[in-house]
Amino acid sequence: MKLGTSKRAVAAAAATGVIWAALAGCAANEEQPSGEITPNSSGPAQAQLQGELNGAGASSQSAAQEAWRAGFVALQNGVTVNYDPVGSGDGRKQFTAGGIGFVGTDAPFSVEDAGGGHGSCAADSSLVEVPVYISPIAVAFNLEGIDSLNLAPNVIADIFTGKIANWNDAAIAADNPGVELPDLKISPVHRSDVSGTTGNFTDYLAATAPEAWTAGETEEWPQAGGEGAEKTQGMVQALTAGKGSIGYVDAGQARDLGWAAIKVGDEWAKPTAEGAAKAVAVSSLESGRGEGDVVYELNRATDAAGAYPLILVSYLAACEKYEDANTAELVSAYLKYVTSDEGQQAAAANAGSAPLTADAELSAKVSAAVERIGS
Amino acid sequence: MKGAAIAVALVLVGVLVFLAVNGSPAFTAGEGELPAHAKNFLALAAPLAFGSLWVAVIALALAALPAVGVALAATIYAPAPRFGRFLGAVLDLLAAVPSVVFGLWGLMVLAPVMVPLYEWLHAHAGWLPFFSGEPSVTGRTVLTAGMVVAVMILPIMAAMCRESFALTPPALIEAAYALGATRWEMTRAAVLPVARSGIVAGGMLGLGRALGETMAVAMVLSATPDLISLNVISSENPSTIAAFIASTFPESTGSAVSALIGLGLVLFAISLVVSIAGRRIAKKGAAR
Repeated sequence: MKLGTSKRAVAAAAATGVIWAALAGCAANEEQPSGEITPNSSGPAQAQLQGELNGAGASSQSAAQEAWRAGFVALQNGVTVNYDPVGSGDGRKQFTAGGIGFVGTDAPFSVEDAGGGHGSCAADSSLVEVPVYISPIAVAFNLEGIDSLNLAPNVIADIFTGKIANWNDAAIAADNPGVELPDLKISPVHRSDVSGTTGNFTDYLAATAPEAWTAGETEEWPQAGGEGAEKTQGMVQALTAGKGSIGYVDAGQARDLGWAAIKVGDEWAKPTAEGAAKAVAVSSLESGRGEGDVVYELNRATDAAGAYPLILVSYLAACEKYEDANTAELVSAYLKYVTSDEGQQAAAANAGSAPLTADAELSAKVSAAVERIGS
Repeated sequence: MKGAAIAVALVLVGVLVFLAVNGSPAFTAGEGELPAHAKNFLALAAPLAFGSLWVAVIALALAALPAVGVALAATIYAPAPRFGRFLGAVLDLLAAVPSVVFGLWGLMVLAPVMVPLYEWLHAHAGWLPFFSGEPSVTGRTVLTAGMVVAVMILPIMAAMCRESFALTPPALIEAAYALGATRWEMTRAAVLPVARSGIVAGGMLGLGRALGETMAVAMVLSATPDLISLNVISSENPSTIAAFIASTFPESTGSAVSALIGLGLVLFAISLVVSIAGRRIAKKGAAR
């Protein structure tokens, strides 16, 4: 008993120590005189920054954020970047309450909220929001000897609702002349957890095949039937193990499976980085937003050649003006890196996303918005 | 000692109050506020409660005989005391494997291996409700989940059985041998009746662990949360309360969270009933 008490005392002391250290760190940051950037004389041509930048938000970006943080700190070794993947909603709340420099979010701020009044920004500042993480979602399947199939949206919807139950169904064969389809049961796999991937997939079906897909957009799989799999890796495992199975998964995570080409206009499109970036670029900007607020209303039903509209888009939101000049410099530099070709390639390598720089028009718009960040 | 007992009771009451207070908004929640597109809380909880019991019962049925067998081998049938100790140590090691590892094993090794068996069962015993319907192509079925959980509850059940077998009065054993009984007859006449309550208690402990098993089931099972089905080889399976909470909680907000806490309360109630029933049975066995 005595030993237990003393152990507890030690643990408590240690914990207190950690808290004090953390508090001291915060205080030191706040006391830093604003507007003063200490240039590193030995650094390269690029201005060297100092300080700590905190962000929070969507967990979908966490792998990409890891790559960006590592890449950015390699360029600016006086800077610490933190990203807390608390979820989009909590991230936006933290940003409005104040205390973080930027937020990663799957759903952008609403038009009303984008105006101002965010605790993290200067009083009269509006928002800068840019798409930074674009991930094509592949309709992936496991059929021996077949690695590509043409599947129209209404056929995909019928497969996932169970109306088309065999791979040799006439509706599939009609779009795939010359492919020898096996007489095999289709085993559709969906995500059993609440997932943004499911949300984007159902949104795509609802927009492109409204007669066949009546459940609308939902992040929780809407109907009984089919196989449920947990998280992305569970989906990949189920697809890899199950002959005749079909599912939807981040394209970067399903390289060993067959990919469906989906019908866009009169052509068949496979998930590619260019197609994904293009699908964002051909969508219209949401109206009623400021110049730095680059938010797209995804046009899933686009018929633009070369676009792949079955995608997940996640945004970074920051302030146009910060109270603190150093924070402004840090956020500006970080977002410039994130949206640069180098940053986007790093995310592609680490998270399997599609670089937005694959589309020049989109890239230009995003860069112009990031330029607006200042103090 | 007394302080510890009171502390345990307080923790239990605290958890119960937490579940009841935070879960109660869900009991009256209507359509659109609950996860799994449920119309009301009962429609959400009933299939999941069924699934929890179903997986637990399958696991218990699969683990019961092996547990008794292993315990007998470790005590009565052990060729040398060292062998019995070795077997006990192996079982304890099995109990130390984290459930996520069992989940990975079930998902990547056991499930694919089971597919041909399920196809065979469907072809030859498809007239049974358990094996009707199309068998799963991935093997991620309720039966596979039950097998994984059976492996997980085997150590605790075997340990309980082993202890109660070891408590058989030597006089009874020697008396049985003196009457000319073989080892098996002696086991049946002397060891098993004495150990009955221990076996049942082990079963109940196992059932309790199986009811609460989360990660392994969430990883292995292909779940359809609003389904009640006796089919054990299909790709459409009822989910369990614990697995459903684990997979739904990270992205839930507001009334969905209270629904999940309410489900926790339901699981708490089921476990309570199971453990009270177990104690009753064990006591009855002991009285005889």
